[in-house]
Amino acid sequence: MSATVVVLVGLSVGTYLLKAAGPLLLGGRRLPPMVDALSNRIPAALLAALVVVSTIADGGDVVVDARFVGVIVAGVALRLRAPFVVVVVAAVAATAAVRAIA
Amino acid sequence: MAPERARIIRQALSVGFAVAPFGVVFGVACADAGLSWLDAAGFSTLTFAGSSQFAAVDVLGDGGTATAAIGAGLLLNLRSLAFGVILAPALDGPWWKRAAMSQLVIDESTAVATAQDDLRWRRYGFLAGGLAVFVLWNLCTLLGVALASVGDDFVREWGLDAAAPAAFLALLWPRLVGPAGSDGRRIAAAGALIAAVTIPFTPPGVPILAATLGVLAVGRPR
Repeated sequence: MSATVVVLVGLSVGTYLLKAAGPLLLGGRRLPPMVDALSNRIPAALLAALVVVSTIADGGDVVVDARFVGVIVAGVALRLRAPFVVVVVAAVAATAAVRAIA
Repeated sequence: MAPERARIIRQALSVGFAVAPFGVVFGVACADAGLSWLDAAGFSTLTFAGSSQFAAVDVLGDGGTATAAIGAGLLLNLRSLAFGVILAPALDGPWWKRAAMSQLVIDESTAVATAQDDLRWRRYGFLAGGLAVFVLWNLCTLLGVALASVGDDFVREWGLDAAAPAAFLALLWPRLVGPAGSDGRRIAAAGALIAAVTIPFTPPGVPILAATLGVLAVGRPR
């Protein structure tokens, strides 16, 4: 077996176990009220972190570039109650425009 | 019921198209590392975890050991353990259904799922987001392998790397607005701050996990 196949199988099995542990062991079960209340709060923290990481992380470095402008434009579009797709397209167009000018 | 479903499908497709360019980049990266199209497709279907795939192929391309490649990939994906626990109440049904759905546990499916308040719509959002990304990610991986010679500059040039953060912000937005959003604003601010501060000091993937501690910004749950 080539190294690539070993990595493919090893990584896929390992990743799957990480993904499936929660759904297989706890799936469909009501969590205790305290954990339940906590898990209702997690999305805000999680989504905010995904925004930050996909905006300013570049490998292990913090980089503020044209993406930052794109996300601000997305925020303005959301403020104006633009539909989801328009928000994403506006952010992409703004980021491309900044890079084209710079 | 119908408008709810249409709204979730729009969110799922937007998120799918937001990650699609990175699928192309992954295909290009596989070709650069000397992998065949079958290896590339294998990673995108069987591993199906963007950041882990990039890390493993990166290590392989640099001539690293299999252990190092697997270790790097798994470390990046520790967060899916937490995602699985968060999603568990919404993922009910017989064990084999839960086993099949588990393959779709990724950032984007978790994001679309947790953006819904109702448990039933959470499951719908999870499946819609997961399937949209799965299909587009795999098609784009193959496209990337085929187009390897064009390189991956197009993502930056066309501003496509801003699509994912914009989509995540749009999913977050309803939790921030209005009087009901005061807890959401504090939690999101704390989560964003934790993520920003930990990026330089931790391996990629860990800041997202660490940011969940932002829930403590509003005190103990009652």
